[in-house]
This record gives sequence, structure tokens and C-alpha cells, in this order.
Amino acid sequence: MLPSRFDYVAAHSIEEALAAKAQGDEDTRFLAGGQSLLPMMKLRLAVPSKLIDINRIDGLGGVERRNGHLRIGAAARHADVAASDAAFGAVAAAAPWISDPLVRNLGTLCGSVAHCDPEGDWNSVLLATGADVVARGPGGERSIPIAEFVQDMFANSLASDEMVTEVRVPVPSGRSGGSYVKLERKIGDYATVAVAGHLELGDDGRIAAAGLALTSVAPINLKVAEAEALLVGNQPGPELFAEAAELAAAAADPRDDVRGTARWKRQVVRTFTGRALAAAADQALKG
Amino acid sequence: MTAHTTTPPEIGGIGHSLKRVEDARLIEGQGNFLDDISLPGMLYMALVRSPVAHARINGIDIEAAMAVDGVLAVVTGELMAAHNLAWMPTLSGDTQAVLATDKVRYQGQEVAAVIATDPYIAADGAELVDVDYDVLPAVVTPQQSLDPDTVVIRDEKEGQTDNLAYEWECGDDAATAEAFARADRVVSIQTHYPRSHPAPLETCGIVADVNPVTGQATIYMTSQAPHAHRTLFAMVAGLPEQNIRIISPDIGGGFGNKVPIYPGYVVATAASLVIGKPVKWVETRTGNLISTGFGRDYHMSGELALTDEGRILGLRVDVLSDQGAFYSDAQPSRYRAGLFHVVTGSYDFPAAHITCRGAFTNKAPGGVAYRCSFRITEASYLIERLVQTAAYELGIDPADLRFRNFIQPEQFPYETPTGFVYDSGDYPTALRKALDAVGYEQLREEQAEARAQGRLIGIGIAHFTEAVGAGPAHTYDIAGLKMIDSAELRVHPTGKAILKLGVKTQGQGHETTFAQIVAEQLGIPAYDIKVEHGDTDHTPYGLGTYASRSTPVGGAATAVVARKLADKARHIAAHLLEAAVEDIEMAAGKLHVKGSPDQAVTIQDVALAAYTNLPEGMEYGLEDVTYYNPPNLTFPYGSYIVVVEVDPDTGVWKVERMVALDDCGVRINPMIVEGQIHGGLTEGFAMSSMQWITFDEDGNCIGSNFMDYLVPTAWETPRFELLETVVPSPHHPIGAKGVGESATVGSPAAYVNAVVDALAHLGVRNIDMPVLPDRVWEAIDSAAS
Repeated sequence: MLPSRFDYVAAHSIEEALAAKAQGDEDTRFLAGGQSLLPMMKLRLAVPSKLIDINRIDGLGGVERRNGHLRIGAAARHADVAASDAAFGAVAAAAPWISDPLVRNLGTLCGSVAHCDPEGDWNSVLLATGADVVARGPGGERSIPIAEFVQDMFANSLASDEMVTEVRVPVPSGRSGGSYVKLERKIGDYATVAVAGHLELGDDGRIAAAGLALTSVAPINLKVAEAEALLVGNQPGPELFAEAAELAAAAADPRDDVRGTARWKRQVVRTFTGRALAAAADQALKG
Repeated sequence: MTAHTTTPPEIGGIGHSLKRVEDARLIEGQGNFLDDISLPGMLYMALVRSPVAHARINGIDIEAAMAVDGVLAVVTGELMAAHNLAWMPTLSGDTQAVLATDKVRYQGQEVAAVIATDPYIAADGAELVDVDYDVLPAVVTPQQSLDPDTVVIRDEKEGQTDNLAYEWECGDDAATAEAFARADRVVSIQTHYPRSHPAPLETCGIVADVNPVTGQATIYMTSQAPHAHRTLFAMVAGLPEQNIRIISPDIGGGFGNKVPIYPGYVVATAASLVIGKPVKWVETRTGNLISTGFGRDYHMSGELALTDEGRILGLRVDVLSDQGAFYSDAQPSRYRAGLFHVVTGSYDFPAAHITCRGAFTNKAPGGVAYRCSFRITEASYLIERLVQTAAYELGIDPADLRFRNFIQPEQFPYETPTGFVYDSGDYPTALRKALDAVGYEQLREEQAEARAQGRLIGIGIAHFTEAVGAGPAHTYDIAGLKMIDSAELRVHPTGKAILKLGVKTQGQGHETTFAQIVAEQLGIPAYDIKVEHGDTDHTPYGLGTYASRSTPVGGAATAVVARKLADKARHIAAHLLEAAVEDIEMAAGKLHVKGSPDQAVTIQDVALAAYTNLPEGMEYGLEDVTYYNPPNLTFPYGSYIVVVEVDPDTGVWKVERMVALDDCGVRINPMIVEGQIHGGLTEGFAMSSMQWITFDEDGNCIGSNFMDYLVPTAWETPRFELLETVVPSPHHPIGAKGVGESATVGSPAAYVNAVVDALAHLGVRNIDMPVLPDRVWEAIDSAAS
């Protein structure tokens, strides 16, 4: 790896990290797992002037339930999420599908979320589960709904002086289930197509809340609101899911590329949406 | 599997699955690879590569790069031209730019080189070299290339007025036409074997150390053929050959990628010569994938003439190969399309005719034999896809059609219509054994039941025959150098030995296998024999390791030289035992008088005597060297059967079974052979399922890193069930054939045949590699509509 020259700061507290960011220029970047940043630096596609390493900050890690939500700290690795008993539903289903074991051991969920790569898995999961991203800046902490956090391809809504400190996924009080169905060409590859599903059932067995989001088939991770609206208030079942799958296929905006034709990707969205919702319903009913 | 052995395990001759002696250092991270080499005062080189596929160079501004602290020189094509080194010959008689002077002809082509005091500074400098390009239209398909209106890519080449790289034909046109005239049925297939890349984990590199005082050039280089490279360096650079020492250290995979001489080697050597300091160049991953020797890229049309009963009468093949910007196939000089004419495969029929044309395109040059003996992979794929197609068209079971056409065991040696003489084989037994192992007849029933339920199961067969171990000097040379090989064996006074080889391991296990060949002949324990290879000052001449030639040629040389020493050992033993040499018998390291096993000496006793107590008039020492000119190639073969299930909703397919029977003659180290087969089956799976180098319409390479060029891991690789038969090569001293490439050659057709078989009832006959799920689903979808 032969990156361009850069400065390096190891922060020992969030305050120290934020101060370093404030002092740096616009090419100053935080370094957590580095699993997207370092390969880009290696190719000199990313040329940061300074890296602020946040790995030595106490308390930034952790995957735990707290105040009705699942908290995933900024330094928590994908592998921590995969190994956690606190993770549930779509989060638990997606974790083992993140890249490969080497990336999972170093890469962080929060880093992936902040990166806003539409081929990344986590933002679909967070969109389906209605999660919030917690950011800290000089003015304090704020909680940003994931749908507002994801602005565009590789663009989030953080201010230049803010850093992500954790992600909060609400834990449903009733019966719920989640899933992540992913097609990848090989382990470690980005998704060709992936679908995150999340269902909450009411006491009457009808769907009380639904989340559905798609990976790699649009310029951003795509929340399929039309399908979610269709699902809510209905009994889960194959015909309903097939209808939702059609809406998802229609909402997807895939491209022809080396992974396959757009037409086929739409078909995979259709198929996988059906499977993702069936798996989520199955989990909710068993749970 | 129990192998036949004649030596006890402690000697470890042929048939013993000895653990590889090289593994200890490789597994513990103690190997010595090119990038581990560091010399005092060493400088570092980075290449500037073209970002575009086709452009005229208006100028190169090196000022900003030279201004970087630590940059010592920026080498351009103009500077190389001043030393008459801007162009170099390729292994197929073409020329290739070392550093571009007039035009760039593919994305990634070498344009300039920056020499600096550390590798980071060299990379910084390379970024600052400012090349002014006048972009030209890119030619990205061979069909487009041969259109008369297309721009001439090789306009610098005297007499070149089009983009035709070569034309070649083979076989009997008239006899083939006659066969087709009397055929009941003609079955055809058009298929593209896509461009792939050997993608060794270690990229290419060099440390060139030219001593300005003595003129000695010590060149550490990732080379599969160090001796041939030494001679080529001498010829191209005009250096006296005695002053060139090429050392090929531990190599992290070659697969054909480290056969050619690349521009980076030449520039680094020239830089060291001019500057007088060692210069290191280690290619980046992207540099390796976008500029060095690729494999395949063959557009093939094949036709089989058949009777209604399924007898093949003749084969006609037309190939259009995409050569990239320079015709640089690494292949025997007599042939323009390698050994592609082995395309008649395992079948007995009288007539074949093959025509091949190569086209220049704005893509990287190469055409190396990626884990394959010179275009044999393409040939094997085509005939096995054709036979499968014929089976569907004739309504004959694909296994049955093969049985009806196999060359029979009693027909060996068998001369093919394209001129090979197959040495040995028993194809029907091999296929039958593989079919029984997979449970073929029952699987066909299960397939029919599954189809009735809407499930798609496919069974694919490939029965391949390879031609490996080039080769006899009367036919095979590369750049005029005959494809012989050598072994030098020295037995030391304490009975330990050193074996020096002309071939060069890149992970195949030579240090173990070749010691076992000596152990078999002399009875010296294999672990007492050091195997040296890769240093041209310390090993006898040879053409190197590729095309599965190490065991057929270098292994034969090893057996022969060991037998020479065994003969001398008998004479010494006769002297020590005071017996007649005719009465000395030798087995497992003991030499005894016939009929008196107690009257014996050991090979170690003999070794000491060779330096201390010889019969009158005998020369001291126990060493010799052999140059082996093989009488023929060897022809390993195999029967591979793949079972897949296809998801009709997505086109995703999964291998349920993979049964691979290989016959490579006598197996020297069965464990190493199985490891080679596992690797080859994995590469075959990769090419058939996911792996290709492709380009966009501007000639940008898609596949320039391991995110885009996919190498399967253990996770997606199927489980393999291995079988064997052993029909020895009749002409090889120990009956062995090459095996390193068999599975890469044979398996792609089996995987593809399996997927096509799953869809055959829908009328699907072909899906080109890589058989991506979208291609499968589109085939299902268009068959349905």
C-alpha cells in the first residue's frame, strides 16, 4: 500500500477527536475500521490530509440494549454485531453477510453507515428498522433518523465538525421479525441485490409496522415506502408479499453492469422481497 | 487412495504422500519472495501507465515529477529509444513497446518510469508525470478490429495495413469437407471463452543489480523460466550471458503469468545499468491485472459432422482470438494458436480442419497459457461443449455419445487427425468409473422427477485429453530454444544429495516431488535430498515450469540422471563387495549380491566410497547431469462430472456434486497431485462461474482489482470428490504425465455442461462463461417466452 502522505492523530476522547477535526482542513477524516477508507487511500482515490484514529477512545465500542433500543457504538466491529446476543431481526440477519471475516473483524457498522455507499448493507437494514444515527459535535449530541442521515451516494447529513458516536435501532415491544436476503458473487463482494425486511405484528396477527429497503439497486439504499404502506394493517401471507414484491421491483432502479442486467436485478428484487418478508413473518410468528 | 510403492516410507520414493518440505518456510512466513529482497543502496521504481486505451502521445512533461525530493530519474520511451530499448520482441515473434513512444495501445500500458529513493516517493513522482494524450477511438472487439474501416492499431509496424495479428490453419480441409458431405447431422456451437487472468497472489517484480565495475547483472525476478529469460536478456539487451545471473526466488504463484518478459523488468534493468545501483520494481495489483499476460479470449465456432447413430465423422473449427495490442502468446514457435489443435479431444474420427485468426485490439497483450498447455483449455472446452450439444440434438445420452466415439485402449498410440500421437489411455474405464461414483443413471431419474416438480437439476460431463510436457526438440522450441530440460545430481560423501533443476517451482512442490524421484532410483531418503532451482548460476539449463512440463521433462531428466548414478553405485558396490557388477542388485537403498542379501552395502556406504575407495581407474565422485529430450508429449486425461441445481427464479446455480477422475499416469506424490487437482478444479469453477476480464466500450478494463476480478474462496468453492485410474505413459522413464493443469483444462466444460443440462429440456444449448446468474435467468426467461 503506497498512499499519499498524510498526518495521523490518535484521539483518546471524543472531545479530543472533535478538536482535531475542527483544527483540520476539509480533507481530515476519521479512521475507525478503515475497511473502505484504506483501500481508497491505497488506490489514491482518497487523499486525506489527516486521519483521526478513534479506535483508542474508551466507551465507543459495544453492542447492547439500552433504553428500548439496540445501541451499536462507533467502534463496534461488524463481528461484534454478528456475535452479539443483543442484536435481533434484520440486524442479526445482516451481520454475517457483511463482506468477509477479515473485514468484519476490523470494519465498523457506524463507519459503513456514515460512508453511505449504496452497495453497503447496513443502511438498508437501518432504513427497514427505523434506526437513528447519533452524532456529536461542538454543540453537543443530536439524533438523526436514518432516512435523513442518508443524503446521497457517499453523502451523509453530518456537519463537517461532527462525528458519529453510535447507531440506535428501536427494539419492538411486540412480536417482530427481520431478515436480510443478499445475493453476492462471492464472499467479500458487495451485494448484487439485497433486501432488508422488518415486520411487527399486532395482537390481531395483522402487520402493525413494516420496513423494507433495498441494497445496490438505486443511487442510495432504497426504502420502499409504498410496499411498507401496503403491508401495514394486513395479514401476512404469500399473496400480500407477492404484491409487495411487485412494488419493490417497480421501485428499484438498477443498472446494467458486470453483475448482471437491470431486468434480471429487478427480478431478483422481486424474488428476494418475497423471501425476505416470508422470513421476517416466520420469525415474528415463531418469536 | 493407496498408491503403489516400492520403497519404505522412511525412504519416501514414488507413491508416498510425503509432506512438502517447502511448506515449513512458506507457512511460517519465512519464504523469501521478490519483495523480501533488499540490497544496500537499492532504489525503487514506479510505472506511469496509460489511463486510456488508445491515444497518440503528444508529449510527456516530467518536470513536476523530477522536482519531488527523492526522485532521481524519470525514464520515458524517448530515453529507452536512445538505448535501442523502446521496443522488445515478444515470444510470438511480434514486437512490444517497453515504454510507449508514439501511441498507447491499451489502458495500463507502460508510458514512463520514476526511479526514487523510496517506494512512496516513486509513487508520488509517478502521479506527477504529465502525459499529453490525443485520444483515439478504442477497438475493443476482434470483430470490430477486423472490419476494414477500423483504425489500424499497429501503425508503427512495417507492412501492417490492418489489425490481423496472425492466421493459422491445421488439419485436412478436403477430408473434412468430405466428412461433412456424408454426415446425417451437423451440430454447431458458437461460444466465447472469455478473457481471464492468472492473477497470482504475488504480482510480478524485479530487483536488478548491475555492478557498474564488473558488469555483472544479478537479476532477482519473478520468473517461471529463469534460464530462458537469461538468454533472452542477453539477446535483447546485448549483455554478455556469462555476466547475467537470474535468481527466481520463492514465487507466490505463476500460472503462466510469469513466463513473459514484461516492460517493467527491462526498464528496471536498464535503470540499474545506467545509474549503477540496484533498482526494485514490484507491480501493483492493478498493474498486474490490467497489463500482464491474460489467458483465453477465444471466439470459437465449432461444427461436428455425425451419423444418426452418433458416430462423429469430422470436426470443423474456426477461431477468432483477441490478442490485445501486441501478439505475445507464450507458445512453441511452430504454432500460432498454441496446441489448440488438440481440439479433437478424446474421440476417434478421421477428419478435422481448424482455422484461426488473431486480431489486434486496444487491450492488454498476453495470451499466456493460464494454467494450461498453450490454448488447450479453449480446445478442451469447445469439443466437450460440442459433444454435449450433439447429444441433445441426436437424442442420445451425453455419456453414451462419448462411449460411442472414444478412442479405444487398444488404439494407443493413437494419431489424431491434427497430428498428435496420444501415448496411452483407457477412456471408457475412466468415464464408467466416474459415472458409477456419481450414480449417473439414478441421477438422471432424479433429474426427471425434479423437472416434473419445477426444479432444475443438471448433470454435466467433460472427458478431456491434454497434450502436455513440451517437448520433443524436433517440434518444440520457444524463441528458437529447444524445449528440453535438465537435472544435475550430486551425492555427497555422507550419502546426502543435492539435485539441481532447470525447471522452477511456483508452488507445485518440486522440492519434494523431485527428491522422491531420486529416492525411488537411489534409495536415498527423499528428505536427505536438497532440491535447488531458480538460480541460473547454480542450476543446469532448462526452459522452465509451465504447460505441465516439469514432471514430463524435468522429472524424466531427474530419473535418468539418478539411474546414471545408480549404475555407478552398482560398480562401486561390486568393488566393495568383491562381486561382479552384473550380480549387484539394488533396492530401497541397499546394494547386495544376487542371492546373498546379507552381502550388502548401503547407498550411503557407496557414497562415501565414491570419494574414498574406488575401483582402479574409476573417476572420483558421485554426480552427473542429464539433458532430457522427450520422445513425445504426455497425454493425461480425465472424466469430470458436475451436478448442479439452478434456482429458476434467480438463475443462481449451486454445485451439488463434483466428481473428478484424473489419469496422469504414475503419481509421484499422491497428496501433491490431489492438491494440484483441487486448485485446478477451483480455477475451473472460477472461470465458469464468476471470473472474467471485460472492458467497456472505451477500452477501460473492468477487472482491475480483486473487487472486480473475482477469485473464489473456500466458501463458494464446491466440495470435490477425487478418483483416479493409472495408465502409465509408455515413454516416460517413470510412467508419469503432467497434472498441474488438468483440472483447469477439463473442468470448465463440466460446470457449464451441467448448467446447460439443467435447462436443456427448455431448448437452451449454450450459455457463455462466466455462467452468471443473470445469463442463466435470461436463458430460462427467453426459452419460456
